[in-house]
Amino acid sequence: MLLAAVEPAWYLILASMLFAIGAVGLLIRRNPLVMFMCVELMLNAVTLTFVTFSRMLDDIGGQAAVLFVLVVAAAEVVVGLGIIVAILRRRPAATADDLSLLKG
Amino acid sequence: METFIFLVAGAICLVGALGVVLSKNPVHSALSLVATLFGIAVLFVAQEANFLAAVQVIVYAGAIVVLFLFVIMLLGVDQSEDLDVEPIVGQRSAAFFVGIAIFFLPVIALASTAWEATGMEGNLGRLSDGGPDIEALGEVVFTRYLLAFEVTSILLVIAVVGAVLLAKKSRVSEELEIEGLYEPAVAEPSEPESDDAEADA
Repeated sequence: MLLAAVEPAWYLILASMLFAIGAVGLLIRRNPLVMFMCVELMLNAVTLTFVTFSRMLDDIGGQAAVLFVLVVAAAEVVVGLGIIVAILRRRPAATADDLSLLKG
Repeated sequence: METFIFLVAGAICLVGALGVVLSKNPVHSALSLVATLFGIAVLFVAQEANFLAAVQVIVYAGAIVVLFLFVIMLLGVDQSEDLDVEPIVGQRSAAFFVGIAIFFLPVIALASTAWEATGMEGNLGRLSDGGPDIEALGEVVFTRYLLAFEVTSILLVIAVVGAVLLAKKSRVSEELEIEGLYEPAVAEPSEPESDDAEADA
């Protein structure tokens, strides 16, 4: 029966789906902002697994890890968006394919 | 009850995630991201991680997505991306197979352990004691993970300094612009400016 008691494993499967969608988005999109949002999606999928494991193992450690992931994600977004602003200010509408200055 | 909440919130999460990937307009992607983040916050509440759910809404939906929207509006890059053109032949299908693999590998690993978490039960703090989760979390963060907590404060300072540094127009890029590495040379390099840059360097 579908409406049986929800198993913690369901959360893990959902998180796996979210992570896969984020990874595919990161691979197929070329707008740097959208690629960045896909990274956030993957981070959130992983925090969901942390909370689920925290519940499965009856331990608060997973939730503490999520707290640190949140802080790192915030710092990452600030620096990443700063870089994207610096790039897009110089060349508007640049896609990830256009940023090939480091190519040998 | 939890099943119902899980199904609704999970559906919101998945629809939002697909919206992030498939929207042509970055603004729509950002708004779909908000839906996913709220769905995940609801799933946190369903698993009795109340504090993290609040933090998730405040930090992600309240700060990070707003930052994304600010950048989109500031740069005016809200024009649609043409999703019909595939830049590299076969990239989409390859990415699709990678996505399928990324989805199924953890699920297979989970199925091999009979859908249970393996490994030792931790000794940091029990969730089943019945106390509020924020109490247990605070105790762990300020005792066992105190060093990590302090390091995150340094990380935030570094991020703020880095953001300010990146946001201001740098002298190095001005120099490169003048030398014509970014754009066709438009002006002769003037002496005082280069002296200035050397003094700064």
